[in-house]
Amino acid sequence: MNTLTAAKLVAARELRVKLHDKTFVFSMLSLLFFAVAAGVLPALLNGGPVTVATADTTVAATLAHNKEFKPLKVADDAAAEQKVRDGAAAAAVIAGPEVLAMRETPKDLVQALSVSPHTRLLDPNAVNQTLAFLVPYAIAFVFFSTNLLFGMQIAQSVTEEKQSRIVEILVASVPVRALLAGKVAAMTLLSLCQITLLGIVALTGARFAGVDTGALHLLEPAIGWFLPFYAIGFVMLATLWAAVGALAGQQQDLQGTSLPVQLTVMAPFILVIALRSHVAAIRFMAYFPLSAPVAMPVRLFGGHAAWWEPVAALLILAATAALMLLLGSRLYEGSLLRTNGRTSWATAWKSRTAF
Amino acid sequence: MLYVDAVSRSFDARRVLKGVSFAVAGGRMTGFVGANGAGKTTTMRIILGVLAADEGELTWNGSSLTREARQRFGYLPEERGLYPKMTVADQVVYLGRLHGLDRAAAVRRTAELLDRLGLGERAGDKLEKLSLGNQQRAQIAAALVHDPELLVLDEPFSGLDPLAVDVVVQVLRERAAAGVPVLFSSHQLDVVERLCDDLVIIADGMIRAAGPRERLRSDHTLPRYQLRVDGDTGDTGWLRDVPGVTLLDLDGARAVFELAPGTDDQEILRAALARSPVRSFGPVVPTLSEIFREVIR
Repeated sequence: MNTLTAAKLVAARELRVKLHDKTFVFSMLSLLFFAVAAGVLPALLNGGPVTVATADTTVAATLAHNKEFKPLKVADDAAAEQKVRDGAAAAAVIAGPEVLAMRETPKDLVQALSVSPHTRLLDPNAVNQTLAFLVPYAIAFVFFSTNLLFGMQIAQSVTEEKQSRIVEILVASVPVRALLAGKVAAMTLLSLCQITLLGIVALTGARFAGVDTGALHLLEPAIGWFLPFYAIGFVMLATLWAAVGALAGQQQDLQGTSLPVQLTVMAPFILVIALRSHVAAIRFMAYFPLSAPVAMPVRLFGGHAAWWEPVAALLILAATAALMLLLGSRLYEGSLLRTNGRTSWATAWKSRTAF
Repeated sequence: MLYVDAVSRSFDARRVLKGVSFAVAGGRMTGFVGANGAGKTTTMRIILGVLAADEGELTWNGSSLTREARQRFGYLPEERGLYPKMTVADQVVYLGRLHGLDRAAAVRRTAELLDRLGLGERAGDKLEKLSLGNQQRAQIAAALVHDPELLVLDEPFSGLDPLAVDVVVQVLRERAAAGVPVLFSSHQLDVVERLCDDLVIIADGMIRAAGPRERLRSDHTLPRYQLRVDGDTGDTGWLRDVPGVTLLDLDGARAVFELAPGTDDQEILRAALARSPVRSFGPVVPTLSEIFREVIR
């Protein structure tokens, strides 16, 4: 049996075991649930059109053209005021013209009835402030949390095989590389499915929430590019996750050995959010492999990137991933069969000749 | 036939195997004995390819041992372990497939073996729910599921209750009878003595003795005899005065003695018969532990 067939068998087992693991499935579902909630709730909370009571036919006709309002025709101004007091209407327009409401000034209604000066936007691509914060934050958070969730799964699965001692039988049956490749492939696949689902949910949510088309125009490529960046970014760190799993002899050592990789995932999350409006910093991070999966989509969303920029960053990322694969698999192989407690990085690096 | 040829291996500066050579022949049970730290486990790991040899070579049926050939070997490591949260049947099937069986064959073989080892009813249970003895049986099923062409078992009987030992012995004997070479290590020399056809004795990383059990026995048999006569009518005290006889142990009707070279054992027997009825007379065959103690000295 060749390495590929063996790796497929290993991957199939990993998938089966993980999908039967209730804690893991729960983590996946809750991430998805948050995405759904974040996307759809604002749209639901926004509610339907606002009911406006008025006796004035012209006003009623004007409001009827605006889908944000629902005119309620009443006999006179007193009746209109009564409707507002009863709660049957949110606001009323009476002679004057005067706008009545209970506590807050209905700004949208006032604006709809006013004549606004003509505005000319100098940077029409600029995204509104809420989205400018929300989207980088969401991309960084999704990268960070799914990488941590699925990366830790790789590490735990390696540690489990070491701790239960089955690893010696496995190594005697299939090439070590097949074991590693199978685990990495299974988790990459699962996490990519998760990310794709999140992406679809986010875009659908954005449409529901009525995000204006200009922002959608930027959001779509940002999320579209995020997928390949995410996949290669995940693979880049996957063998390192496996290596820290092998360095730990037991589950309780895993927090300690995995800390450097956890920090590696956390750093771009914090930096990209902190420096999101600093164009030069984001440009640098968009090319730096460890932060590229977060920073490049953010840069794309900001509308600052030329078409070739994500391609170039992706190539740099892929080259780094290839290097990291070698590095991680060497550490993994060097520590896999050292079953006496924790292995140091240096020992693992040097002792590859064990095979 | 597996040949281990002049294999050496060091860990850091410590040489744990120093030119180890021996053969494991098809159809025979080869016992591998040695004290703790003598190099048994390291040798077995090298045979399975879990460790690499620094020097030396392994050949399998005449050609250099490859990964493909090793994949058809069965291995029971000293450090036992399976997936605690997987069911017994699932993991035996999985390991069978990793050894190259297709799904249907792996499922069929797993069911057969688990029944045979008395685990049929526990097949659907998670491993961690089983008693230690039953986990051990599952481990043996994992080593045998793919009908291995060579079996390497590191301490296969430790942790097994006597009933399970019998079942496992029977299964291993069947494999050997089918022509499979079986190499197993054990601390329990009486078990090895009962089971093995061939014997390999290792001490301090060197092979001290290797070959068929009977030949090792005769090689290490001293010119030592035991005479037992009828207890009511005779005794053996007269042996004291026979030239060429050195008494080692005398207990009325029973005596153990050594004969000087050139002394005829049949003369002694005739002399004994002339005095009283003889119940038994013959050379003292050394036990495995005696041979072991002698060769590792």
